[in-house]
Amino acid sequence: MRATAAAAISAPIETVWDVVSDPGRALSFMSGVTRWEIEGEERVGLGARYRMLLRVGSAEVGGLIEIVEWDPPKELAWTSITGVDQRGRWRLRSVAANRTTAEIRLAAGVPGAGVSGWIAERIAQPIVSSHLRNTVEQLTRLVEHERMREQAAARRSARGAPAGTGLAG
Amino acid sequence: MADAGVADSAHRNGHVGSDAAHGERDDTGLGPSLLGRAARGVARQVQSRIPRADLDERDPDFIRERLPLMWLAASLWYRAEVRGLGNIPDDGPVLMVGNHSGGNMTPDTVVFTLAFNTYFGVERPFYQLAHNLVLSMPGLGSLRRFGTVAASPANARKALQAGAALLVYPGGDYEVHRPFWQRNRVDFDGRKGFIRLALQENVPIVPVVSIGGHETALFLTRGEGLARLLALDRVFRLKVLPISLSLPWGVNVGDMLGHIPLPAKITVETLPPIHLKDEFGPDPDVDEIYDHLIRLMQETLDALAEERRLPVIG
Repeated sequence: MRATAAAAISAPIETVWDVVSDPGRALSFMSGVTRWEIEGEERVGLGARYRMLLRVGSAEVGGLIEIVEWDPPKELAWTSITGVDQRGRWRLRSVAANRTTAEIRLAAGVPGAGVSGWIAERIAQPIVSSHLRNTVEQLTRLVEHERMREQAAARRSARGAPAGTGLAG
Repeated sequence: MADAGVADSAHRNGHVGSDAAHGERDDTGLGPSLLGRAARGVARQVQSRIPRADLDERDPDFIRERLPLMWLAASLWYRAEVRGLGNIPDDGPVLMVGNHSGGNMTPDTVVFTLAFNTYFGVERPFYQLAHNLVLSMPGLGSLRRFGTVAASPANARKALQAGAALLVYPGGDYEVHRPFWQRNRVDFDGRKGFIRLALQENVPIVPVVSIGGHETALFLTRGEGLARLLALDRVFRLKVLPISLSLPWGVNVGDMLGHIPLPAKITVETLPPIHLKDEFGPDPDVDEIYDHLIRLMQETLDALAEERRLPVIG
């Protein structure tokens, strides 16, 4: 089973990268994800490990994953260590100064599961696809709103308005 | 424990006490009649088919390859929902105690086994205790590869000492064949051995409450009288001969061949762990723990029943 979703976001690539690469923020925008915890010493970067779960139908599926590609601010890929086999990837590309495309890909399956595996993958595919579509939509909203708030805060401070609204940063 | 020593000796399957002595003694109460001899012959056959409890038979790859089929059954047929798996400690031994429903097809076990194995990964050792007869059924030998072992205190202890998660249904055959109108009742028939085990091994108990499994057929009676009349209780440790209306049989006596379960919605709620010595003191009263656990599980089951609008549909 392979699913993918993409969106164009009105923000610089570094801003989008900061969100998708931060394990502490995964639960706030990744649809269907019920767990994304740091496992081990490394928080981010090549070799960092997370325990993640994604709700698909009646089950929460996932396991221990490890970051196997880390190329800021463009590529981040992971592969499963335990649990169901999976590979995932964030692929960011800068298309203009403040415009970034973000694509997420997820491939998962159970080799050797025969006909039931084939059927299950076909039924799970639209569920996972829908999770990924929601994920990029939520990412877009999150990044663009944060950026708007930052810009508004910057304008306020440029006008000399009192700080302390708590929204900056 | 003395019985652990007995179990580790020549007796098959870790069974202890009078159960282990079946072969040598005529405790079937059937006397020397032809019927009695035939019954003892069948009993010996069954006993010989019960696999020796061997935790090593659990096969993670085998389980992983069956997850898609279980996922299809749980997601499409039972529209299952499993909540609170995060309450199960992430590692170490734990005794999960469930209410048992749905006759011999036990759909709640399928749903929970899938949920546990996808949540924690097939890499985490997870065993389930099952009735001897289930494991000796022709065609069900593969259950051992799922980590199912014959229900006995010695087997349970072995699994916990190995650091595994263990699922038990103390109500067993008694609860799983209760009549349909008692479907939303937790009934362990006063069995408390699992509490003594948790205390001795100092492992937390995680209650697992499920609803919907008992709506997969119309269960009419346990048939305890019938079981006694046919001496099944003494020969097979079977206290019931259930009668139900189920597909495809219509009237189904014994449920030995299983049945096609109705696609009832199944919801499973996993409760926070109970650390017995922390909550009940260093020398806790088993009866008090039992009453507390039954009350807790019954309240959860009542709440789950409140959520349901219609039987089967959910």
